[in-house]
This record gives sequence, C-alpha cells and structure tokens, in this order.
Amino acid sequence: MISTRLTRRAALVGAAATVTATAVRTARAAPYTVGFIYVGSRTDYGYNQAHAEGAAAVRKMPGVSVVEQAKVPETVACANAMETMIHLDGASLLFPTSFGYFDPYVLHAAKANKSVTFMHCGGLWKAGDPVNAHSYFGYIDEAVYVSGIVAGHMTKAKKFGFVAAKPIPQVLRNINAFTLAAQSVDPAITTSVIFTGDWFMPVREAEATNSLADQGVDVITCHVDSPKVVIETAAKRGLYTCGYHTDQSPLDPKGYLTGAEWNWPYLYPRWVAELKAGKTISNYIRGGFREGFVKSSPYNAIVPEAVRKQADAVRDQFKAGTFAIFKGPIKDNKGNIVIPAGTAMGEHDKVLEEMGYLVAGVTGSTS
Amino acid sequence: MFERAVTAALAPLLAVLASMVLFAAFLLAAGADPFQAYGLIWLGAWGSWFSWQNTLVRAAPILLTGLCMALPAQIGLVVIGAEGAFVLGGLAAVGVGLPLAGLGLPPLLVQVAMGIAGIATGGALIAACGALRQFRGVNETISSLLIAYISIAVMNQLVEGLMRDPASLNRPSTRSLPDAVMLGNIPGTSVHVGLVFGLLACLGAWFLVFHTRFGFAARVVGGNARAGRVAGLPVARLVLSFCFLAGGAAGLAGMVEVAAVQGAASADLATGAGYTGILAAFLARQNPLALIPVCLLLGGLDASGGLLQQRLDLPDATMEVLRGVLFLTLLASESLQGRISLPRLVRVRVAPVAAAGE
Repeated sequence: MISTRLTRRAALVGAAATVTATAVRTARAAPYTVGFIYVGSRTDYGYNQAHAEGAAAVRKMPGVSVVEQAKVPETVACANAMETMIHLDGASLLFPTSFGYFDPYVLHAAKANKSVTFMHCGGLWKAGDPVNAHSYFGYIDEAVYVSGIVAGHMTKAKKFGFVAAKPIPQVLRNINAFTLAAQSVDPAITTSVIFTGDWFMPVREAEATNSLADQGVDVITCHVDSPKVVIETAAKRGLYTCGYHTDQSPLDPKGYLTGAEWNWPYLYPRWVAELKAGKTISNYIRGGFREGFVKSSPYNAIVPEAVRKQADAVRDQFKAGTFAIFKGPIKDNKGNIVIPAGTAMGEHDKVLEEMGYLVAGVTGSTS
Repeated sequence: MFERAVTAALAPLLAVLASMVLFAAFLLAAGADPFQAYGLIWLGAWGSWFSWQNTLVRAAPILLTGLCMALPAQIGLVVIGAEGAFVLGGLAAVGVGLPLAGLGLPPLLVQVAMGIAGIATGGALIAACGALRQFRGVNETISSLLIAYISIAVMNQLVEGLMRDPASLNRPSTRSLPDAVMLGNIPGTSVHVGLVFGLLACLGAWFLVFHTRFGFAARVVGGNARAGRVAGLPVARLVLSFCFLAGGAAGLAGMVEVAAVQGAASADLATGAGYTGILAAFLARQNPLALIPVCLLLGGLDASGGLLQQRLDLPDATMEVLRGVLFLTLLASESLQGRISLPRLVRVRVAPVAAAGE
C-alpha cells in the first residue's frame, strides 16, 4: 500500500534524495565534456585534421574529456551529432567545425540547449543570434602571404598554380594574398587558378594539378579541404609546393617550401579553459598571426637564409599589426581599380570579407 | 497472407543476421568489442525516446526516396534516380515558396504549393525516364542515374547563380524560407511532419499496388509487359503513372528537406537520401509496406553511427562498412528466395508459396 499523505518525514527523505541526486549528477558531470564535429576525415592532411589536432590538445587538459565525430555532412546529421553529444555524452561545449553547420543547425541547437556553449568555425555570428553560440575565423591570408613571399623568391618560371574549391570570398582572398606577396618580390609573377567546384574532389584536384604543371608553373598551392592529393601530385611532378590548413611537409619533403596553417592546438585549450572557468568570451571572434590563429609551416631546408629573414620580417609586422596586404592601388584582373591608391585595408576590414575579384596577374575567372 | 509475408521476409532477415556476424568480425579486427558496439547501436538508435526521435528524423526522407525505387519496380523498372528528383523537388519547392511567402499568402497555402511543386518536379523527372524507356527503349536504370547527376549539377548552377542570395558569401545558397512557412514538428516530438508524409505514402503505395485494379495491372505488366499488352492493359499509361508517383515521392522528400530541415537550398541539398532509398527498397524487397521497418533500421544505423566514433573511437567509415556488408548479403540472399521457407512445424496448410510481389 502506498500512502499519498505527505508527511514531514517523506518530505525530508524526498529533499535528501533530491540533494543526493543533484550531487551525483554534478559528480558524474565532473569531467567537462567537449565535443568536436568534423565534416571530413580527421586524417585528411587538411581542414579537418587541423581541427582534430586542436581537439587532441584539448584532450590533454586535466578534467576535460573529448568526444569526436568525423564525416558529418552539413545536413540533419549535424543536428543529430550535436544532440547525441549533449544528451548521451553530457557535452557542455561543442565545436561544430564546418562552415555550413551554423545555419540552421547550430542556431537551432543553441536555442534548444541554452546551457551548452557552441564554438562554430566560420565566423558567422551576428547580433540577434543566440548568445551561447560563438563563431570564429582566422585571417589565414596572412600566412598565405608569407608563403607567397617564400615562393616568390624560389620560383624560376615566375608562374604559380593555385587549385581552389569555389570562387567565394575566403578563397579569392587567399589567391589574391598569395599573388600580391609574390608580386612584392617580383612584379612579373603570375598565378593560374583552377576551381574544382567543391571542397573535396580528389580526382579533379589531381587533374587540375597536372594541368597546371603542364602549363609550366613551378609552385603549386591550394585551397581545398584536403590538400593531400594536390601536394602529392605536385611532388611527383617535381614542383615546389606551399601547404594549406595544416603541415603537409611529410607528403613532399623535397619541395614543400612552407605553408599556411591553422593554429588550433594553441587556441582551443585556451578557449576551453576560459569557458570551463565560466568566463564569457566574445561571440564574434577573429584573428591572424597576432591573435595566434595562424602560423607558417617550418621552412624547407632549401629556403635560403635571406628569404627566411624576409618572410619572418613580414610575419613580425603582422604580429605587430602594422602590415596591410590589401593596400591600394590594386587592380583586378579585368583592369578595374578595386582598391584605390592611398587606401590600406586592415585584416579586420569587413569589406575584404565580400571580396569578389581576382587581382591583376591572376589567370582565372570568378564565375 | 501472414505466412506469405513471413516467408518473403525470411531471406532478408537471414541476410541482416549474416551481416551482423560479418560486421562483428570486422569490429573484432578493428579492436572493438562487438557486443559493446551493438549495445551502442541499440542505445543510439532505439534505446530511448531521444534516440527514437533521431532515428525517425533519419528515416523520414528514406521512406519517400525508397518509394522512388519500389514503385517502378512493380512494373519491372529499376529506377535509381531518386537523388535527382529529391534535389530538384527541393529546389522547386524553394523556388515556389519564396515568392509566394513574399506575397504574404497564408502559410498553409504556401506549404501546399511547395509540396505540389516538389511532387510535380520530381514526378516529371522520373516520368521522363519512364517515357524514354517506354517510347525510345533507353535503359531506365542508366538514364535515371545520369539524370540524377544532371539534376545535382543544375541545382548547383542555380544555387550559385540565378537563385543565389547575394548575402550568402562563402556558402552559396538561396534565400531562406521565412519561419512562418516552415513545416513544424509532430506535436510533442522533435520529429518533423515529413515522417507522417512518408508513412502515409508507404501505406498508400502498398494499398495501390496490392489492393487496386490499377496496381494489379501494374504487377501484371511487371511480370510480363508483352502479356500485359496482349491482355489490353494500358502499359504506357501504367509506366508513366508509376514513374510519376515514384518521382513525386522523392520530390516531396526534397520539399520536406528544405521546408522542414534546411530552410534554403544549397549544395547540401544533395544529402544522399536518394541513394540510401535504393538500399532501403532492396532491403524491403520493393514492398512499400516493408519499407517502414527497413527505414527504421537504416535510420537507426544512421542515428547511432556517431556513438561508435565517440565512444569506441572507431573510424568514421565503420557505419559505411556495415551498410556495405548489409547490401551485399541482401543481394546474395536473393538467390535463397523461394528455396527456404518456414519450418514445416509452422507451415500448417500452405500450398507452395509464391513470394509476394513476384
């Protein structure tokens, strides 16, 4: 028989049970669980590996446990992965690392799970979006610029090849930075671009690399999710390569000059520590060399000392915040002036995020 | 009736069991405990109401894209172009939904219009494959597969050009549908109403195929088109109707994808649901009713795949291996069809059984 009368004793027992349950829940939640979601493979020598290296650094932190899920497309699968990490793994912080996860999946999940923090890579947060959602992105064109300086000194053909995914602002900005850097060394240097149409197209990337090699370029770089195929193909053709996203020097020990890398292993543990300590961090986060977002791969042994010094000097100026890549006059490759003389656009200038042109000296079309 | 269904289901069930054993061997080789892995799959797919909702959300589109293969199969056509109908159906829904919502029409009206646009576009696409087959003798398997590739290319072209939202800088997509015209969830769940469309479509298709004269005629044509023609059946009309319904189902799934999930059309509209539908239809032996449990199985595998990565640190391709093994054992099990039946104990008074749908 069950008594339905609420006695003082029952109330006390109930209260005690509640307290114990809360205590148990807190005790079980003790390791702060951080979830990482990647759109591709964790070992792609590229975009996703860069994030996974950041996750590996977080994994080393005391009192933090990490769950990871790779090859999650930008569909309801992403919503599914986040919900599973929150509800079945007890994650309190998520890193959905692909650009297309943000709208609508991260926005919806952030509204539905207000106690969970979302750190999205892409830099898309705007006023009015949930405050527990953050979106960050780095000015990796700074590191691409440093690569361009090194490549500008090493090239003999004065022709670069660039294998790119899509003609979108982020990609165009890198192509332009690479070319402008090289032209600062030798104004005669040109870049040929081939767009493959999507972020992960190994076969087309190999074809594009070979086609560029046939056109006589002697330095190849790229902006695709997994530069592995591009670097390996270029290495087989005996070209110099500059990496992207992460360090690809193991794929091409001879010709890999340097590369533009994300520095997530530096930033992620810092952010996790701050959020774990209950500090608030900005919803819209940007940075380059100065803020530790990007770095350059170690220079290849074949890069002469003088060149290294010059590249390092530019990097130091980025660190000091005294260098602007996009400094007028700059013409696009159709002859229009896109940045007038006397205008210098700093990395944080939002106009640069709408870049829709290729600078003079680049062969290729944005549409 | 029941016994016939059980007999027809026997080979696929054995195939599922066999693939579980094979997959267990794979897990052992990968250094994981199969029992723990199956426990996690259970937990992530069907272990709680939360997991069930994930599974149902994953199952919803496959119910419809599965029909895109299962319906033409009744008249003997192998159509594998659901992805194309899905993508263009979704794109048409956005194309119709954006201007209508802009006019300030009532949400329900906009939703109905988007549904019709999705169904009509998907239906027309697959009906075109049926017509090519019927009137020009073009193999419908090849044509539907190629038309799927073309559809995706057309979608990408439109999303990056004509229909692009100029504000979508780094990820080209159309403008987003206003929240008011988005399809909601089934009350009390986090599952969108697309699941209801899928279930109703499967039930409706089953009724059409097995309980109407039209469906019977289609199955006669599927058994022997020439005999059907001699018997005076309107073969061309049957082929075109079934192909239209098939494409319409996949087109509706595309509409649901934009109107309930993504909110806009972008390259991500090609989710692969159309290709998963092929696997689902094969598993269901082209029976619309059997599609329902099959999609719950496939949806569950999709929903639980993440846990295997998260908890066991298995490679991300693990679930693809399971799917591949499942598909192969199923194809192999076709050869057992008709050779195995229920043990004699259970067979009480059954004449030699013709498998359902054959």
